[in-house]
Amino acid sequence: MIKKCLKAFYVGLILLLLYAPILLLAVYSFNEVDTLGPMGEFSLKHYAKLFGDPAILEMIGNTVVLALVAAALSTVLGTAGAIGMFYSKRRTRTLMNGVNQIPVINAEIVTALALAITFVAIGVGKSYFTLVVGHMVLCTPFVVLSVLPKLKQMDHSLYEAALDLGASPMKALFKVVLPEIVPGIISGFMLAVTLSLDDYIITSYCKPSTFSTISTYVYNATMKGNVHTAETLSSFWALTTVIFVIILIVVLAANLTGRKKQENKGVNA
Amino acid sequence: MKLRFSRKTLGIPYAVFLVCFVIIPMLVIVFYAFTDDEMHFSFVNFGKFFSDPTKLSTIVYSLVIALLTTAVTLVIAYPVAYILARSKMQKKYILLLLFVTPMWINFVLRVNALREILAWAGMLGEANYFNTILGMVYDFLPFMILPLYTTLSKIDGSLYEASADLGGNSFTTFTRVTVPLSMPGVLSGMTMVFLPSMTNYVVSDMLGNSKVTIIGKFIETYFGTDWHMGSMIALILLVIVLASTLLTGGFQSEHNVRGTTV
Repeated sequence: MIKKCLKAFYVGLILLLLYAPILLLAVYSFNEVDTLGPMGEFSLKHYAKLFGDPAILEMIGNTVVLALVAAALSTVLGTAGAIGMFYSKRRTRTLMNGVNQIPVINAEIVTALALAITFVAIGVGKSYFTLVVGHMVLCTPFVVLSVLPKLKQMDHSLYEAALDLGASPMKALFKVVLPEIVPGIISGFMLAVTLSLDDYIITSYCKPSTFSTISTYVYNATMKGNVHTAETLSSFWALTTVIFVIILIVVLAANLTGRKKQENKGVNA
Repeated sequence: MKLRFSRKTLGIPYAVFLVCFVIIPMLVIVFYAFTDDEMHFSFVNFGKFFSDPTKLSTIVYSLVIALLTTAVTLVIAYPVAYILARSKMQKKYILLLLFVTPMWINFVLRVNALREILAWAGMLGEANYFNTILGMVYDFLPFMILPLYTTLSKIDGSLYEASADLGGNSFTTFTRVTVPLSMPGVLSGMTMVFLPSMTNYVVSDMLGNSKVTIIGKFIETYFGTDWHMGSMIALILLVIVLASTLLTGGFQSEHNVRGTTV
């Protein structure tokens, strides 16, 4: 009994510590004070500031649009790439698999530096294009890695059967292969979105100087705080809270609905 | 010539993409690392790097920070993963999910949250190295918990009983059954914490008050001034990354914490 309590206490404590900073900011986000410390009256002013500041709204929009654009492109490129790789000769497949692992294993700073130097060396100025390319380098390998296992699992005689029954290769691909690997494509896309949303290093190396995402905006505001006041920083409390609540709802809803079948298997989908 | 559609051709765009944006940039880094200012082939950056005590000590400091972070994370995460894996609780995946959910909150915002707390506690700028390690442990903990949980929950429960039947007490069962069988998860988690701890300079900048220079930051400082030295340090980092990946049996994508999407 004591042992059980100790275990529950330990897990609870670590969980509490993990969430403490975010929860504390969430509490203060509903208060009138601009710095942590003695509390004042209840207030929504941080939220008013957050949703009333065009610069902040713009960078939030930038982040979301970039993530969707980069993830969509990565998903198309990566899914096609995975199918192509899977049906290629063994040597080609091994080679592409190996190169695909480079951005996965490599430190992000090395990938970012290599891309940035290459862009400058060939005279391509930083633009939205270079930023999207940077995010695609980050995301596409993970799409490939989540699609490949689904290709391995599928029954390949289905494709042959479709051809025998008169389907063109293209039609067989869309009608037979794609539906089989949809779960891999979806999880690849989701993975790409989260990687892109979270990224700081590649973004800061590939983005045009006037463009900000949540990561670069918050980093610059805290590190080069000269133009930003405590008010800007405290509007991040509201931002953190909003994102936290959205994530919590999405994660719990998605996992509670799609999980009934495979209880007790961990979260590895 | 009529181009016949085949499934193989679908891989061509990605192959071209990989050549243009992965292989060529890596070659560019190698080129800059082994050339001097006149673009002649030279080992000058290599020599300069290994003869400069301040550069070497930066690398050593960074390795020590990463090792400490990895060790602390492992010590905190192992019991959590063990308790969760052995728990007979019905909905324990919700608990596990709670441990990984913070990963989906923008990580700069998470680091910023910790920064606010440290500032409030008067620790910001006072204990830069401590704060950096604290921040990294806070940030990378899920990277460690998840692979540990995955391997620990795969251990066959009858092995514990067998160990008890053969006279092992709970301590010997732990050291001779649990620990050896969980090694793949331990190694995988260690790699996934160790590597970002050497390179993710957002944490060391924001919490170490820009006073702590890890390898990632070190490369960044050369980006504006000396591409040759920057590229050389990037290559050295790449060697360290490859060495630690090989040493721990490779990166296992099934353990990637980001792979836990819905």
